[in-house]
Amino acid sequence: MFNIAQRHKKLERNITLLAIGAFVVVVIGGIVEIAPLFWIDNTIEKVDGMRPYTPLEQAGRDIYVREGCYTCHSQMIRPFRDEVERYGHYSLAAESMYDHPFQWGSKRTGPDLARVGGRYSDDWHVQHLKDPRSVVPESVMPTYRFLAETDLPTGDIAANLAALKHVGVPYSEKDIEQAESDLKAQADPDADAGDLAKRYPKTQIRDFDGDPQRLTEMDALVAYLQMLGTLVDVNSAAAQEDLAEEKGR
Amino acid sequence: MDGVLARTGGWFALMLLAIVAIALAHDAGFAASMTIVALVALLLVCATAGRFDPLAKAQSLFQMPTDPSRYDDDPVRWGVIATVFWGVVGFSVGLIIALQLAFPALNIEPYYNFGRLRPLHTSAVVFAFGGNILIASSFYVVQRTCRARLAFPTLARFVFWGYQMFIVLAAVGYLYGVTQSREYAEPEWYVDIWLTIVWVCYFVVFVGTLARRTEPHIYVANWFYLSFIITIAMLHIVNNLAVPVSIFGSRSYPLFSGVQDALVQWWYGHNAVAFFLTVPFLAMMYYFVPKQAQRPIYSYRLSILHFWSLIFLYIWAGPHHLLYTALPDWAQTLGMVFSIVLWMPSWGGMINGLMTLNGAWDKVRTDPIIRMMVIALAFYGMATFEGPMLSIKAVNSLSHYTDWTIGHVHAGALGWNGMITFAAVYYLTPRLWKRQRLYSLRMVNWHFWLATLGIVFYAASMWVSGITQGLMWREYGADGYLVNTFADTVAALHPLYIMRAFGGLLYLVGGVIMVVNVWRTIAGHLRQEAPMGEAPYDPEADRPLVAVPAE
Repeated sequence: MFNIAQRHKKLERNITLLAIGAFVVVVIGGIVEIAPLFWIDNTIEKVDGMRPYTPLEQAGRDIYVREGCYTCHSQMIRPFRDEVERYGHYSLAAESMYDHPFQWGSKRTGPDLARVGGRYSDDWHVQHLKDPRSVVPESVMPTYRFLAETDLPTGDIAANLAALKHVGVPYSEKDIEQAESDLKAQADPDADAGDLAKRYPKTQIRDFDGDPQRLTEMDALVAYLQMLGTLVDVNSAAAQEDLAEEKGR
Repeated sequence: MDGVLARTGGWFALMLLAIVAIALAHDAGFAASMTIVALVALLLVCATAGRFDPLAKAQSLFQMPTDPSRYDDDPVRWGVIATVFWGVVGFSVGLIIALQLAFPALNIEPYYNFGRLRPLHTSAVVFAFGGNILIASSFYVVQRTCRARLAFPTLARFVFWGYQMFIVLAAVGYLYGVTQSREYAEPEWYVDIWLTIVWVCYFVVFVGTLARRTEPHIYVANWFYLSFIITIAMLHIVNNLAVPVSIFGSRSYPLFSGVQDALVQWWYGHNAVAFFLTVPFLAMMYYFVPKQAQRPIYSYRLSILHFWSLIFLYIWAGPHHLLYTALPDWAQTLGMVFSIVLWMPSWGGMINGLMTLNGAWDKVRTDPIIRMMVIALAFYGMATFEGPMLSIKAVNSLSHYTDWTIGHVHAGALGWNGMITFAAVYYLTPRLWKRQRLYSLRMVNWHFWLATLGIVFYAASMWVSGITQGLMWREYGADGYLVNTFADTVAALHPLYIMRAFGGLLYLVGGVIMVVNVWRTIAGHLRQEAPMGEAPYDPEADRPLVAVPAE
């Protein structure tokens, strides 16, 4: 012990050694924990059904991020009996593979939203976002009336998709080219959606906010909420078999 | 004169650039940020053009001594004022969002909804209140312990003002919904770049001053400050890697996604707790506790041991925020094990601080500043015991996603960070403004008790709330069905949220008392008050009892 204290004096007199020493010591943990996640194959399960978000869903997700919904809602169901019964099958890593940023959250002031898609009607969501306490009297959620009154900007969606492609989301050239028309078509049942549903399987095409005349931020957010957790059929026999054989996670 | 002209031109060019950015901005948030840049540039144009010296004006307003010592203390004085100011702002926003959770009608959409105010609260207290005292105290401590003036005085001033700019840009952005929605790393790409520039300058000033030291040894407090500056730079840069959509828009998309993004974020997030809220605050402890107690540090060897083990172990603890999620099990287990091991070096720091009071324990009774330091260390000990406990998977399965985590964070933040900061502010203010003493020691005492009581209300209500919530979520009836709907659990927490807000109110009132005390000290006032901790002398009582004959 005495020796260590003596040797440490060398570090205490040399700022370069001290700084490099302190840096090396803090780098180790991060490298050991984070780096393997990028090359260990089974970090993300191989499942069927995952696809990038449609332009309208991504616009809704951007609103979800903008409003800080993660401060009260998680999107990560843990493998416990009560959570699985309350929210649905536990979340898979694959289900957030195109989430930039991830929105798993750390606090449930409100319920988990990982599989909220399809659980409630569009009308319910619109009413709930406009005035949460009119449908859930105990709720402490803020009101979001302005979403229904704000037109969804459509001009920059192609640029957003292009940026997402830069960070690794597999959008095709065509997806980016047609982003604006895809965005409009998904919320308008009368428009010609083209091959939207083919490029984005399981896309829900309809007016979401109850006002077909306008494309609002409410359309986008509800479209996003309604698709959450619907892409991977986690309860299918094939998926269950794959998950049962999972090793080393 | 040429210099003034060139500078005016430079500021004018920056203002034009910012105006162009406003015109081309894709969203209101970015435009608002750029408006601030333009306004500041305009102010600087006027200031330079008129050869008007706003700093000197402000320095006389705040009665700063012009050249009272050999040390360069102006940035420290500004830092103390900023700490006190942002502290009250941060506590107030905290109280507002606490009340919003109890009374949702207080949300005013869209700018003042909980989701936008919550990052404002966390950033204000962590980065504005905490960050300012860290920068100020590090400039103060590094000069004293190195026996040298700050290496680059102009750069040091830029660090202070640049950091305030970072805070304002981030805060205004949140209200406009400019956020990455990654906890404690909410500011968008352009604010991140600005902070990186400021931080590199901070590193240069700090290391430059260390290099100029006339003491052969680097004092232990400076190891902690140095490790804080280096590690925060690393965490900040890696966690904020993102691709902006356009250089004229605030939106960017982070480089990582899903599970990798989650671990990078919590590697950052937990080590923001470690290297922002623990390591440099321990540096403050290593300077201010021995100074105020007038006792040497308890153990030099313990400080070596706990410094290296603390910074090595802390970085591994991030995955405990992701227990039972889709993060691979091996990473979760690694995070849990290291979090538990971390208990030891944490308590090493606490023991070294508390034992420094050996031979001076009576001061806990007579000196409210020492008392603040002791309670800070006590809360540090409690929080660093609770942390490893919550990292145990079985405990975490109950506590995660509940208010227990919020209670834990506030025991650390209000108890440890807040109290040690208040103590440092009370230590620094009379010394920086060359005053005989603080305006009032009794007001420090009031602050101490209000803050402590506030923490007790806060932590107790959040423990009860968290465990209630956790148990209600998993409660099964005899019929095998879940007993409670989610809405039931929300309703059950209402009284506890009111109690939490009351605790926050007490803490805020304590903060306001500090503002008054610091302000009056700066103004040079001394409150006439009975000294603390002395047994009062009463001449009436100081006489023998004489028998009085009955009448």
